[in-house]
Amino acid sequence: MSAPIELPKWADVVLVPLVSVTAAFVVAGLVVLSIGENPVEATRLLLAGSLGSGEGLGFTLYYATDFIFTGLAVAVAYHAGLFNIGGEGQATVAGIGAALVCLYLDFLPGVLLLPLGILGAAAFGAAWGFVPGWLQARRGSHVVITTIMFNFIAATLIVHLVVNVIGEPGLTETRAFAAKATIPYVHELLAPLGIALPTSPLNLTFLLALAASYGIWLLVYRSRLGYAIRTVGANPGAAVYAGISPARVIMIAMALSGALAGGLAVNEIMGVQHRLLLEFTSSYGFVGIAVALMGRSHPGGVVLAAVLFGILYQGGAELAFETPTITRDMVVVIGGVVILFAGALEGLFRRLVARGLGVLRRVRAAAPRRAAAEG
Amino acid sequence: MDYTTLLTIADSTVRLSIPLLCACLAGLWSERSGVVDIGLEGKMLAAAFAAGAAAHASSSAVLGLLAAIAVSMAFALVHGFAAISQRGNQIVSGVAINMLAAGLSAIIGNAWYGQGGRTPPVDGAARFGELVLPGAERLAAAPVLGPFYAEVVSGHSLLVYLALAAVPVTWFVLARTRFGLRLRAVGENPAAVDTAGISVAALRYAAVTICGALCGLGGAYLAIAQSAGFLPLMTAGKGFIALAALIFAKWRAWPALGACLLFGLLDAVAIRLQGVVVPGIGQVPVQAIQALPYVMTVVLLAGFIGRAVPPRASGIPYVKER
Repeated sequence: MSAPIELPKWADVVLVPLVSVTAAFVVAGLVVLSIGENPVEATRLLLAGSLGSGEGLGFTLYYATDFIFTGLAVAVAYHAGLFNIGGEGQATVAGIGAALVCLYLDFLPGVLLLPLGILGAAAFGAAWGFVPGWLQARRGSHVVITTIMFNFIAATLIVHLVVNVIGEPGLTETRAFAAKATIPYVHELLAPLGIALPTSPLNLTFLLALAASYGIWLLVYRSRLGYAIRTVGANPGAAVYAGISPARVIMIAMALSGALAGGLAVNEIMGVQHRLLLEFTSSYGFVGIAVALMGRSHPGGVVLAAVLFGILYQGGAELAFETPTITRDMVVVIGGVVILFAGALEGLFRRLVARGLGVLRRVRAAAPRRAAAEG
Repeated sequence: MDYTTLLTIADSTVRLSIPLLCACLAGLWSERSGVVDIGLEGKMLAAAFAAGAAAHASSSAVLGLLAAIAVSMAFALVHGFAAISQRGNQIVSGVAINMLAAGLSAIIGNAWYGQGGRTPPVDGAARFGELVLPGAERLAAAPVLGPFYAEVVSGHSLLVYLALAAVPVTWFVLARTRFGLRLRAVGENPAAVDTAGISVAALRYAAVTICGALCGLGGAYLAIAQSAGFLPLMTAGKGFIALAALIFAKWRAWPALGACLLFGLLDAVAIRLQGVVVPGIGQVPVQAIQALPYVMTVVLLAGFIGRAVPPRASGIPYVKER
């Protein structure tokens, strides 16, 4: 076997993602150039639109909330050696769970209703992740294919439910939730305290996302279960000898992954839309793959990568507004290039970084000798 | 339901299953050589855009087809480079291809034509028209088989017959030629092929190139045979249904045709039943029929009916022993 490429830890954590992201932006810049726009001006508009105003920042963090959840979902499964591309479907089903609670249990006080809605989303998402996990662990069907199929089954399920069962007649959405079933906006919450923030869809789900990131860090790196998950991901055979059941870990990891993807539904359905509607996931589940790969599946990295993609989404929307030739699909391209470079071509970039570091080391080793010879 | 209705359903079954068939055979070539490809959808989408744009620019359907094949092959080679030369994760690479194709086709389409991502409508020589097979009009009067020949067999575009011809060709090359034997071997046991002094990488690159060409055919069919131009996201998950059909066919050419026709039939029936009230059942939930291919694939993969076993080395990058 060819030896794995050994890199210092800081290079592995910082340099490899940085090089691949830079490469992704170079590709994106070339696309902008090729359609006759100025990449520098585009970057300026993008940054001004996402970070240049309080409103822009609010939108950026609102998008980041979605990406933290979908990124964590991919990351947790990845630690167990599984590739969950079912985030879209799991979030869709989680949206159904949240909506069922918010629509049919709204006789409860808000203090009970909100946690129940979040639990509903998590439970439905977890179930939609658990079944592919169970099928992989017990029936040997590959989790990638099953989660793809489950995405499409979820997409038809929500159309059926919203159009034929729980939706408003003639509309492709349900009735609006009661006010107490919605998660408060940050600007509304801070207004009574005398802090005036511009209106944005940023709501308290953002804090939930940060808490989930910390929780996942504790779970993966500081708990017995996390150790089991990482062992199964690294070497299922060794895990068996360590007394860990890979089948059980696979099912738990997939359920957890699905529950995390459900956070997307909490942010969108309970936080912003306040009703169940079709296609609220907007492919954010796939963006989560890019976020997880860029964040090296570490919760801290996932949060940083999610904020970066939040900047891209919000800035991209502003950019599309200013420059009609550049649409928001640019973000999809950047996501695709990041996935290609940081994921599929990881080996290429690791080798480049290793070679670069090797050259540096040799230069540094040669420098004192040269100084000695001259002196 | 009378005979004419049945013929109409059969006709739309053929039309709807052709893009599935192209992508399914494309996936068959790739996966039989050991390269998993979930980027069929993206390649077909990129090809559809290329076909629409090239056919519009050149007013030639054939040039549209060639452009579609070229673009799809380019994407296939990116996947091949990541999967074969760089030994990267093939699933990750496939996801990237899908996102790149969706984003690039929309951006470039919007920048070039400014019509929300679609290409300008094409007509006449820039589209593959419907061919009338010899004798179709004369035989139409014959009982039962005549209308079947005239309605279902005849009256499709050239690309339909090309795609159908790809089935026996795929079967013959894979089952009856030396190249096919080696290609199948490389998907099952690449080390053995390598020991025999045959390049694993060359065989796999050949396979992904063929995969790209077939996706190109499917994309061109969507854009300039079935429709009169490219629409954003016009593949609408067909590349994934094709993946399901491939599993259903257990990675074999003739069953692939059967699976694609079956899924095409489900689609045709679902479209026809939209809003129809069946006595005794009430309104048929169309979504249930649409979900059926995916549900059946999950059930099959889980081994509840039969067993679908992929080529043994699929998804695993080949590393030469040192």
